[in-house]
Amino acid sequence: MIASYSRLASPLRTAFAVCAVVALVAPSRSLAQDTTRGVRIGLEYRTGTTPGVIVLPIRGSDQGDSVRAIIQRDLGYSGRVVVAPLAASDLAAPGLGGGGPLDYAILARLGAHAVVQPSVTPSGLHVAVHDVAKRQVLQTGDFPLPASYPGRDWRMAVHAASDEVLRWITGTPGAAATRIAFVRGGQLWVVDSDGAMETAIPTVGAPLSPAWHPAAELLAYNTYGRGSRVVLHDFRTGRARTIGGTPGGVNQTPVFSPDGRNLVYSHTPAEGGDLYLVPVEGGGESRRITVTRGAINVSPSFSPDGRRIAFTSSRAGHPEVYIMDADGTNPELLSPYVYGEQSYQSNPDFSPDGRFVAYQAQVSGRFQLKVINLRDRTVRQLTSEGRNEDPSWSPDGRHLVFTSDRSGTRQLWVLDVETNVARQLTFGAGGTRTAAWSPRLQVAR
Amino acid sequence: MTSSRFVRLAPAAVSLLSIVALGACRKKPQTTPSADTTTVAPPPAAPNADSIARAREAFVRDSIARANAANAAALERARAALAATVYFDFDSSDLREDSRASLDARVPILRANPGVRLLVAGHTDERGSTEYNLALGQRRAATVRRYLADRGVAEARIEIVSFGEERPVASGGGESAWAQNRRAEFEITAGAENLQLPRP
Repeated sequence: MIASYSRLASPLRTAFAVCAVVALVAPSRSLAQDTTRGVRIGLEYRTGTTPGVIVLPIRGSDQGDSVRAIIQRDLGYSGRVVVAPLAASDLAAPGLGGGGPLDYAILARLGAHAVVQPSVTPSGLHVAVHDVAKRQVLQTGDFPLPASYPGRDWRMAVHAASDEVLRWITGTPGAAATRIAFVRGGQLWVVDSDGAMETAIPTVGAPLSPAWHPAAELLAYNTYGRGSRVVLHDFRTGRARTIGGTPGGVNQTPVFSPDGRNLVYSHTPAEGGDLYLVPVEGGGESRRITVTRGAINVSPSFSPDGRRIAFTSSRAGHPEVYIMDADGTNPELLSPYVYGEQSYQSNPDFSPDGRFVAYQAQVSGRFQLKVINLRDRTVRQLTSEGRNEDPSWSPDGRHLVFTSDRSGTRQLWVLDVETNVARQLTFGAGGTRTAAWSPRLQVAR
Repeated sequence: MTSSRFVRLAPAAVSLLSIVALGACRKKPQTTPSADTTTVAPPPAAPNADSIARAREAFVRDSIARANAANAAALERARAALAATVYFDFDSSDLREDSRASLDARVPILRANPGVRLLVAGHTDERGSTEYNLALGQRRAATVRRYLADRGVAEARIEIVSFGEERPVASGGGESAWAQNRRAEFEITAGAENLQLPRP
């Protein structure tokens, strides 16, 4: 506790010393809802690189505490600011949350570079962000809130406000207004990026490997067993339809092209299988884009410009990550061969900026996440605790959602690839797998 | 998940019982003619004639029962051979020595029963990619089908399917569980009801 405490920058340390109680707070659980005064152990406060943020309490609304809790958590989960863990009662004085003009001097001493001042209005949410150093309002905005408090749509609208607030503070929007699709217990689920609102999606068979359409109105997945096929679930109508003209065998690992027009999937009729491309609309035929006799080719991922596809192939005898042009030409090995053990590298996912590919690789008999820089082909191992598989990037390229058994059962975790801090996203029954992070579902501007 | 497999196999077992039952019924009438011959060729009214006839009947009945039992046991062994699970090494669809022997044992049975059709389900252990494993299960099932086809069993008689790592028979980590899960399972989907034994 002392070591972690001493890592805090001096203004925060002063402030928190006043709080007197230094308490352990369970990692990755709701920070904002915790009203215990004190320091979150493991807080990565890096002076000069990570702005400190204070979110002021919201008075006069029964939605205020929820709004503040969601915004605090979203900003904290972004990894790009540090949210001072101050309870509303700590901020009751005039000049803080208690009304009147803000006392920038005290807020600065509390560690704030930016102060988020939300209020609930009849039309929704009004947010002002203050630049503490310049002692002035940085930006304000209004965000309509649906009447469905505290339901999914209402929460998503607050997440969208968080993303915009983060853009004001850091110049880059957050990725809180997103969901993650996954499979658990033979069912398809989606969960909000903060772990709330787990919702089952009805499927036409045992599902695996969901994938989001770039407009997020469609979710593709595949069924397995007899009659394995790729299915499109339409969120607007709740209906499902089969896509792909390759009946028989295994049809799996669908992924949409970034323009949303095409879908690439893997069809394995017998010993081997290839990747196929099929138009999403218009009922066009499936066209084979890899040609390998008897090798397995699965798990495609498009580069954000749609010109390249990374995928898993057994063409060298064991699974490795390859990259090729989107028409199937110029395939080359992407994952460097790992000497001294049985090489097994798979499940590539292109980062949203196109600079990196995350994948899983066997290291000393256990799978770990790795990321390769496409410019110089340097590889960085991202995990070492437990078994970690199947990464999927957040739309802001800062986080990966993946499957890990580090808690004892297979759950989804979210890794901040800059700080290497991981939080547990799901807490349900084990066997939670094949996560896919959605695009931004709502952009508040 | 394993229980559903056994549920599927149960009808096969029931139909085998009925084969045994039918076989017994069909052969029973033969006992009546042999009884008749004893009455047609009489040593007249000997006091022990009845008991001789009874003994003869009992002998015939027993030998038929023995033959039927032997036949049923052989059929059961044939059925078990057809449905025996074969196992694979990690990340491999190559047929091991024991797997080839297991497949070789069912070739003559399949040749003797052209009406028999099989469903071969490929499975993997939980390690590695869920998605790659689904393809690997298909590859294992296809490798089995190819091996049998190369030995004269029409490919059209063998349907293949993959469940990847989704239906383990052994839970928990560790090599012994993984080894049991890396497998191809067999289900007789047609022709189980009048299985013939291959001629020796």
